[in-house]
Amino acid sequence: MTHSATAGPWDEASERLLRGLAPQVLGVIARRFRDFATAEDAVQEAMLAAFQQWPREGIPENPRGWLIRVASRRFTDTVRSEMARRQRETAIAAEEEPAIGPAEIEADMDPEDTLILLFMCCHPALSSSSAIALTLRAVGGLTTAEIANAFMVPEATMAQRISRAKQSIRLSGVPFRAPNPLERRERQAAVLHVLYLIFSEGYASSIGARLQRLDLAEEAIRLTRSARALLPEDAEIAGLLALMLLTDARKAARTEANGEIVPLDKQDRTLWHRGEIAEGTELLRLALSRGAVGLYQLQAAIAAVHDEAARAEDTDWPQILALYELLRRVSPGPMVTLNHAIAIAMVHGPARGLEQLQALDSDERLSGHYRLDAVRAHLFEMLGQFEKAVEHYRTAAAGTTSLPEQSYLMTQAARLEDARRKNQSQLE
Amino acid sequence: MKYILMMNTMRAGAGVPAWPKADLQAHIAFMQSLNRDLRDSGELVSAEGLSFPNQARLVRADRHGAPVTDGVFPESKEFLAGFWIIDVDSPERAYAIAARVSAAPGPGGAPLCMPIEVRPVMSAPPPEML
Repeated sequence: MTHSATAGPWDEASERLLRGLAPQVLGVIARRFRDFATAEDAVQEAMLAAFQQWPREGIPENPRGWLIRVASRRFTDTVRSEMARRQRETAIAAEEEPAIGPAEIEADMDPEDTLILLFMCCHPALSSSSAIALTLRAVGGLTTAEIANAFMVPEATMAQRISRAKQSIRLSGVPFRAPNPLERRERQAAVLHVLYLIFSEGYASSIGARLQRLDLAEEAIRLTRSARALLPEDAEIAGLLALMLLTDARKAARTEANGEIVPLDKQDRTLWHRGEIAEGTELLRLALSRGAVGLYQLQAAIAAVHDEAARAEDTDWPQILALYELLRRVSPGPMVTLNHAIAIAMVHGPARGLEQLQALDSDERLSGHYRLDAVRAHLFEMLGQFEKAVEHYRTAAAGTTSLPEQSYLMTQAARLEDARRKNQSQLE
Repeated sequence: MKYILMMNTMRAGAGVPAWPKADLQAHIAFMQSLNRDLRDSGELVSAEGLSFPNQARLVRADRHGAPVTDGVFPESKEFLAGFWIIDVDSPERAYAIAARVSAAPGPGGAPLCMPIEVRPVMSAPPPEML
């Protein structure tokens, strides 16, 4: 491969450029050869080749053309060896050799490719873990190894998950084209949900982060940005992007140096990322002005109210309570009810919040869930009923499957008990 | 969600199972095909079999922190024979895989119906907590 390389060192911007090209290249190859699964493998191989060569030899003058050439060669190699393996009909394979010129490549480009791919990868036939993995590879331009590392599973397992996902798509018979308006409406929720899950996974797992783990929250923001660029009029995509930015803005403040969780009301707010808050707030303002308020816009609005308080005690809880009431109507669910109860406690006092929680005991999705105990513990602490608070903190700690959260909850119980003992010894 | 599936089926006093060759081979083939299926479905994180209890040692630190080993166990003590770590979409899926392990064929090809302990592996906190 000859490089008329551009000068300049390989940096994060070059990496972003390369990853951003992945869906464009995949769009061209998949449309040209009408085989999404094989095309996606071929593009992955071209990406791996680029990750090896470009940092060493520089970025080629036409990076997209480079990737398309390599990927289409890999594609025909695969098809040819498959044919040779099956029937040794090399003559037929040779006829199918593509010779793609730069003009044709440009003609093959479709500005909607990233969107078409997102809709495909978030197909309802896929489990969420498969959709996430495939989206990160096909649209995000990540390598299998990077995705495997992010989810802490072996690379071979992740490769299988991706190939099974493509098999399900093939079996479902979705054509590689832009969804019609009806399909788009139906499937858009699935796309947003997958992007949200990628963000959540990244945001949650960066606590006690292992070294060299890919920042999935950043990847989710990047993917949602590109979806928004393609659908600038869509208020829910804007809402989702705003929610991600307004949440990600608190990243630096939500853990101690030792990995301990710092709850929202104890965070050092000077560490919050002002730029992300400003961008998220502006996005949200634009989205809300379009009417039809959805689930993500409401959550973003709640995040924005938290973010605009300079101190925890300045938080506009009545506003948050009003937003949760709307959210309960738009997207009812036990987690929303739980957060709604916290807002009630903050506005009308912990006793009212605890009353609200009783309704959840009969909800089988949440009864006995550790989050319910964690919230109760907090509200009992607010009420000054420390013994009950300790009990619920400990029940919650035994119920969570998160190590940092378990330490946090056990520490809360220990803190209250230490304080109680100290008080007692002062009284004696 | 990651789960560990633990097969606590070895007794300290028991040796290797004295099954007919065909039954032993059927059991081994069953385990191999299970592992292959879990790899193919993109759910296997790791799977390990452990040595027989005669190689197990109980280690404690003495007062100076030096290891003190003991290899004498009550015959009734159960040992971990092997484990799987899987990454699945739901607890129901983890239970289904555990049930498949449990039904591994024993003597005469009859399902062993071994007890399989299933527990979530600790992971990151859910984002709502933060």
